[in-house]
Amino acid sequence: MVLNCRHVWDYISGYLDNTLDAQTRVDVEEHLAHCEICSAVLDSTRNILILTADDRVFELPVGYSERLHARLTKAMLEEPPPEPESS
Amino acid sequence: MIEEVLGGQTETFHQLIRPYERSVYLMALSMLKNEAEAEEAAQEAFIKAYRNLGRFRSDSRFSTWLIAIVLNEARARLRRKMPALTDSIDDTSDDSPVPAQLTDWREIPSESLERQEVRDIIRRALLTLPLAYREVFILREIEDRNVQETASTLGITAASVKMRLHRARMMLQKQLAPQLKTALPTSRRRFPWF
Repeated sequence: MVLNCRHVWDYISGYLDNTLDAQTRVDVEEHLAHCEICSAVLDSTRNILILTADDRVFELPVGYSERLHARLTKAMLEEPPPEPESS
Repeated sequence: MIEEVLGGQTETFHQLIRPYERSVYLMALSMLKNEAEAEEAAQEAFIKAYRNLGRFRSDSRFSTWLIAIVLNEARARLRRKMPALTDSIDDTSDDSPVPAQLTDWREIPSESLERQEVRDIIRRALLTLPLAYREVFILREIEDRNVQETASTLGITAASVKMRLHRARMMLQKQLAPQLKTALPTSRRRFPWF
């Protein structure tokens, strides 16, 4: 089946996640081979996903871990230890 | 380790949660969009996890359980701030975002994240996604949860996870591709004979 650009955009996620059926994947690849715009949409989406998942995008506040464990220690001292709950 | 804590060695809880400190904070930040509030919500979530550790069932992942706790904590805080907050996303509508149509995309290398400006652009784009898309995106792309885990954590169907993730990706592409391209212009090819 010949796909137009809008169809291909709908399939970008499925293509990246490798969840398209074999025929759709072939159809998408045929379109991508000839369409500069859709190839750029695919490449830029893939690239952006790599960048957004990088640990450097969100950094932990300085001292976060220390403050967390100090607060936990305080909470633990103030209440009895947790107990297993019978199912 | 869970059994040790439940057996009375409460200090082990510190060790137990260390690998998840970042995930829990990030989930809170992605929802609350404020560092101080996110830190408070993360602390509260870990305290709730400690108190309720006896209810944890080993048939689910500990990290998934923790994420569900911080998600509830952050949602409760959002509701207190915005009582009218509703999830008005229509997963059945066909209007997917139209991506940015560029013809000259050049790969942005990960090293570019060393630049504060680039990190800011990406962070801003992520935090401006609609909440329902942001939750799915963070769980799938940043926390690396599979579709089923994401669906059960958020209480939505797998089909909704896939739809929201696709739309979130397209929204980010639409917003980020032109911005990153401008922030990091590709170097002009230099011809030695000119």
